[in-house]
Order: sequence, then structure tokens, then C-alpha cells
Amino acid sequence: MASVPVLEIRNVSKHFGVVKALTDVSFSLERGEIHALCGENGAGKSTLMNIIAGVLQPHEGDILIDGKPVKVTSPAVAQSLGLGLVHQEIALCPDATIAENMFMAATNRRRKLFMNYGKQARDAQAIMNRLAPLDVRANVGDLSISNQQLVEIAKALTLDCRVLIFDEPTAALTETEAQTLFGIIRDLKAHDISIIYISHRMAEIFSLCDRVTVFRDGRYVSTERVADVTPDEVVRRMVGREITQLYPPKQTQDERSAEAILTVRDLGDGARFHDVSFDLRKGEILGIGGLIGSGRTEIAEGICCLRPTTKGVVTLEGPRLHSRSYADAVKAGIVYLSEDRKGSGIFLDMPIAQNISVLDLKALTGPAGLLNAKAEADLAHRFVRRLGIRIGGMDIPVSSLSGGNQQKVAIAKQLAVNPKVILMDEPTRGIDVGAKSEIHRLLRDLARSGIGVVVISSELPELLGLCDRVLVIREGSVMGEIEGDAMSEEAIMRLASGIAGHNNSKASGHAA
Amino acid sequence: MAVDTFSGHPAHAPGWKKLATMREAGLIAIILALCIVMSFASQHFLTLGNFRAMLMSFSVEGIVVVGMTILLIVGGIDLSVGSVVCFSMVLSGSLFLMGVDPWTASLAGILASAVIGCIMGFFVTVVGLNHFITSLAAMVIVRGICLIITKGTPLSLFTLPPSFKAVGQGTFYGVPYVILIFVGVVILFDFLLRRATAFRKVFYTGSNERAALYSGIKTSHVKFWVTVLCATLSGVAGVIYMSRFGAATPTFGAGMELNIIAAAVIGGASLKGGSGTILGAILGIALLSVVTSSLILLDVSVYWQDMIKGCILLAAVSIDHFLHQRKAI
Repeated sequence: MASVPVLEIRNVSKHFGVVKALTDVSFSLERGEIHALCGENGAGKSTLMNIIAGVLQPHEGDILIDGKPVKVTSPAVAQSLGLGLVHQEIALCPDATIAENMFMAATNRRRKLFMNYGKQARDAQAIMNRLAPLDVRANVGDLSISNQQLVEIAKALTLDCRVLIFDEPTAALTETEAQTLFGIIRDLKAHDISIIYISHRMAEIFSLCDRVTVFRDGRYVSTERVADVTPDEVVRRMVGREITQLYPPKQTQDERSAEAILTVRDLGDGARFHDVSFDLRKGEILGIGGLIGSGRTEIAEGICCLRPTTKGVVTLEGPRLHSRSYADAVKAGIVYLSEDRKGSGIFLDMPIAQNISVLDLKALTGPAGLLNAKAEADLAHRFVRRLGIRIGGMDIPVSSLSGGNQQKVAIAKQLAVNPKVILMDEPTRGIDVGAKSEIHRLLRDLARSGIGVVVISSELPELLGLCDRVLVIREGSVMGEIEGDAMSEEAIMRLASGIAGHNNSKASGHAA
Repeated sequence: MAVDTFSGHPAHAPGWKKLATMREAGLIAIILALCIVMSFASQHFLTLGNFRAMLMSFSVEGIVVVGMTILLIVGGIDLSVGSVVCFSMVLSGSLFLMGVDPWTASLAGILASAVIGCIMGFFVTVVGLNHFITSLAAMVIVRGICLIITKGTPLSLFTLPPSFKAVGQGTFYGVPYVILIFVGVVILFDFLLRRATAFRKVFYTGSNERAALYSGIKTSHVKFWVTVLCATLSGVAGVIYMSRFGAATPTFGAGMELNIIAAAVIGGASLKGGSGTILGAILGIALLSVVTSSLILLDVSVYWQDMIKGCILLAAVSIDHFLHQRKAI
């Protein structure tokens, strides 16, 4: 390839505080190629894309367009340079029409007093017709998620782009819609537009893309023509890292028990997950892996009645669980730690003690309906000491604590009700390494003491290092279960991305 | 984030130290400063009579402020309180004129106010409208009902028996009953808000409704009952006003809601929910009352009074916002 790359990234680094998101990353994009970018969650793909799109600024390194260095200081600059990004998260105005959303950027640059809605609608419809038969006069808020995703794509097509970035565009699309999108991407390529295609789905990458670049832990790993590698090799490069963290020892052979604390049979909600069955055995930590959006959280919420289910049976230590609300589930002994710590896990502006006591206020309430403040403080003290939570005082709000200590408060809240089963959704997300390994040790101690522990995690090393057994979820179904020596990052990624699994035919459908 | 390891001692600072760090301390200081300045500016200010008048002037509204503060803590708001106060007043008044015993009529007025609270609570929790819109509609509807009941003319209730009039006009060892009732309500709800489990749920819901849901708290129940409580306390206030004035006017209480919300907000309640104290809100309404009294004693034209009170609200809330931002950094 002798020609000058359309877009070149040279030695870019970016850090957030002390966390290094990208370290000395380079990447180049040829004219008219479809270039896949792969990596685990947190590998730095989105950070790089946000730098290219002008949302973030790199701390070091250069961006070159047609060989000339440029400074992409804002999304508007990126657009004027011909760099378009289709966001993974939908960022549309729900109360505006499809046409208005598609031309939002153009409207922003428009230097005329009045809008020409008629022309806008005609232009929008012409672009939309290539994607799907949607009426552009419809309000975006009335569309399904997959149609909203199509609007997001159509919006990028309205820009006169030379480089288009797709960040997991098929995550919310149906098979047919995905195939239509692939047709359009190939068409764009034929018009000399260069595409960066971010995806976890190997089948898509290998059927659509020309080259594939792998990132890992914020560093560049390799770039290869897809013809020269196999999906397995790409997966291995994505995850091929040494587990450097020390995890607590797993359960020994003697500790193993066939006795199930929690059994789930054929659980489904008719939408996000279906026919989920598994056992949680006494003394083990069961991991649940899968890509973000695969339905892991929904399954956990279904088990503890935070989300309605349409079929299936959950039993706890034998008898069937008849809880109708989360309060019932807590009473029965199942607690859930939300992945969204600040949004639904803790009360940021309330004191530590009041956060720890919230799940079982009844136990602290006297006959007159009054809270026993001393009992509440004692409870909090007990857990602060047990979990080693570092605090300035019981009366200060949780918001003054570090992320790791906030998470410990959230966990203390679950433990304060003496649960039989704890479901932990991303228990160590966004916290530092020290607190992380403290939480890992704590979870192992809990499992030893006979509490059933389920850990949902997007971090493969965490699943492998911490859990005794891992279930892998894909598209709301259990794809497989890995245990003992069979546990490897590749095995999990294969199941999660659909290379291997029960329904292979469906997984490879994207390639068809 | 400088947090040291918790020592294990109960974290109770000495009483005076805690008082100094409380946001109420600032309000007390402002009120005291205003009183000192006024005592020099007007010889009538520092008299028992003037203080009693000031206390009387905000005692009944203070009962409504209690309900509003709790509603603000849960993340709601009630614009209809002025209308509901009036509704309770004219309903009880017309029942009395129809020959019902005044105590029974008053009870009916309070219960009817609670029913209005239930209806608002229904629209907020079951239908899913927000508190602002629901109570805005209720404000207009209930005011309309007052006009319908009275056919637009004030009810004269001079025939009320002395035993009933005593509630609003009588004294107990020189202290008006109105002030005693007000102090009783304040102490009761301040205590409940600090200690009762049911009211703790109000804070959880207002602080982070999703986290409360994810803690098994039935947040819609909490919001419903707090809405009912606020309307009921408005009903109580209406009945006391009836006893005090011996009349029921269908336009009474118009604009009262703004004064009450202002008081709660000056006292530290947040419109976003999750924070607020009864003591703070009462200090808030006391401040507004002292300002009003001062303006009158200083012979400031009535045309200026609203503007000055509005500026005080803006200043108080801005200062508070500024202090809190600083703390966050």
C-alpha cells in the first residue's frame, strides 16, 4: 500500500487521572478500506474513537489526515475534517423527527434565518430509503431501539464523510437489518469512503472487513489482513495477557459440594432472556460472563424480582421462591448488587450508616415505629470494621468516599441482611486494584462461609481468577458453562461472541 | 480525599460544635442580626407584643411548611396548598352554617383535604404525572370548588361558639393556642423525621429513587402518603384560620404556596429532593416574617415589600448553592 493513509494515528496516549486508557497507540486507515478494531471491554477502542471524533483530546501523539497533522479539538472540527462517528449509545432527540435528527449537525452549521423543512425531509428520506422504509417525519421517540440505531447511522451518512466510524453498530439490530447495514457499508467502501468498524463479533469482522487491528489494555497489539488470520487467533490476541493480579485461592476439591443453594429453571421474561437454567452450588463462586448487553444483568434482576419474568422457577435451598417484589426476595435471602453504583446502588448524599441499614429497616425499628439509632450505628460499625471501609466518620455522606470504599458500603448494605445468596453485578467496576483484591478476598470468604455468590463481570481475568465456574450468556441465553481447567479467556470469548456454543448455526448467521 | 481509618468511637461531635456546622446556624445568625439592627431602628420592634404578633403571623402557615418540607424531601412539590387551606376553611364553614357541630365540620374539612391529597397522590403514583403539574391543576380546581361552595361570597361565621373560636383566638397562660399547636406540630414532625422508620424512607426515596427501589422500598407508596400528609396539614391550617378569623373567604390563601415553598427552600430543602429539615424550614418562614415585620415598622411602602422578599429568597438560595459547591470541591 503505497498511497498515503487517509487517517493515521501516531503514538497517541491518553490517561484519565492515573488510569492509562491508551499508551503509545498507532493505527492507520487506507482509502476505501473497512478496518476492524477489536479488543476486550476497556481495551481503549472507544477512547481512541472519541479522540478521532474530537470528543476527547490526546495527551500525546498526533492525528494525520492525508499525511498532514491536524488538531481535532471538537466534534464540529472532526465533522469539517470529514470524520464521522456512529455512536454505540444512541444520542438522539426523542421529541424531534427522524429528519430533524439526521440533519442536526447540518442545522448547527446553517447560516440562514429560516429552516427549509420540506427540503430537509426530502433529503433525509432519500438517505433513509437506502437503509430502511422508515418515514422520516416520525418522531424518534416512537421508534424501536433498532430503528433508532438506524437513524444514528443515517445521521452519519448525511455528513460528507471521508472516514466513518461504526462503534458496535449491530448490537441492537436484527439479522436482516444488520445485513442491510453491511450492504451499505460495502457501498460506502465502493465510493472510496474508509470505514473503522468496531465489533466483538468475529463472524461480522471476517465477512465484512479487509484488515483487523487488535488492542489490549490500551496498547496496540497487531494489524493483519483478515485473510491472513483466523478468528481464534484474533480472540487469542484480544485476551492474551498474563493474569498479574493475585486472586484468592479457589475452592479445593474437598470443599466442592453437589448441593445447590439456588436453582433456576427455564427463567425467561419474554424479551431480554429466555430458558435460563443453572444451579448455584454451596461454597462456590459462580461467574456469569458475556458481552455487555447480552442479558446478564436482566437475568440477575429477574431472579430477584427487580424485573418481571413470564416463566420459569427459582428455588432457594429447596422450596420454590414465591417472591413478587425485591423486598420479598431480600426477605427470602437473595440480594442483588447493582452494576450502576451511583445510579441505583447507593444514596450518595446520605450518611454511611443510613446506607448500610436500608435493606432491613424493620430489624432496627422498635415497637413504636421508631428507628433505633444506636442499633443502626452499631450495625454500621460492625460492617465498617469487617470490610475495612476507610471513612472519616459515620455522619459524613457516602459521596466523600473513594470509589472502592463506596462499593464496600454498597456491599455492606447487602451483607447486613444476612443473605443466603448474593448476586453481584460488576462488583469491582471502576475501583482501584487494592480495593479490588480486597473485595475478591471478601467474596471468597463469603463463599467459604456457605453463602452462594454469583459474580457478573465483563472482565475476563476477574471471571477466571475469582470464580470456580463460569456461565456464558449470549443474546439472553446460556451458551455454555466452563469449569476447572477448561476455563480460559478464549473459551469464554468464543462462547460470548458466538464462534462456539449450542446454537452455532445462529452464531454464524451474520456471515451468511 | 483525606479519609482516615475510622477510630471505632461513635462519631458524635459535641453538641455545640455540631450546631455550629449545621446550616440552621447560619439562618439563626441572620435572623438575630436582623433583630439587633431592627431593635435600634425601631423602638416597637423589641417588644413582647411585636414578637407575639410575628409568631402568630407565621404559626398557621408554619403547619403547612412542615408538610411542604417533607414533600420536598421526597422530591415532590405541592402548589395547591393555598387552595386546600381555603377549601378546608370554606367547607367546614359551610357545614357549620348548615347546622353541623363546628368540631365535626372541622374534622370533615380536614378529611376532605386528605381526600384531595389522595387524588393528587393517585395521579402522581398511578397515572405517573409529576407533582408540579398535578398540584398546579389541583390548585386551580380546588380554588374553583371553593368558589362553587361559597358562590363567590365570603362566609360570615360570627356565630361560631366561643369554645371553638378559642382555638384560633384564645390563650393558655398568655400563650395563644395557635402557637402551642404550631410548636406541637413542629416538634412532633421534627422528631418523626429524625427517628421514625417510615420517614427515613422519605429520605431514601428523595435522595435516589432508583436506589430506593433497588433496596426494596415501595417508593410509590412513600410518595403517595407524603402527598396526603401535606394536603392534610393544609386542611388543619384551614380550620385553624377559620377559628381565628371567624370567617371563610373563597379567595383566602391565594399565593400562599409561594411563601411556603420559599420558606422551605431558604431553610435548606432542595427541590431535587433528599434534603431538608423542619427546623430549617421554620427558620426560613421566621426570617420571611421578621423581614415583613421590619419593612412594616420601617414604613416601607407595601409596593416594595414583595420585591424585597423575592430578593431575599434569591440571595439566600444563591449563597447556599455557592457554599455547597465549594464544599463539593
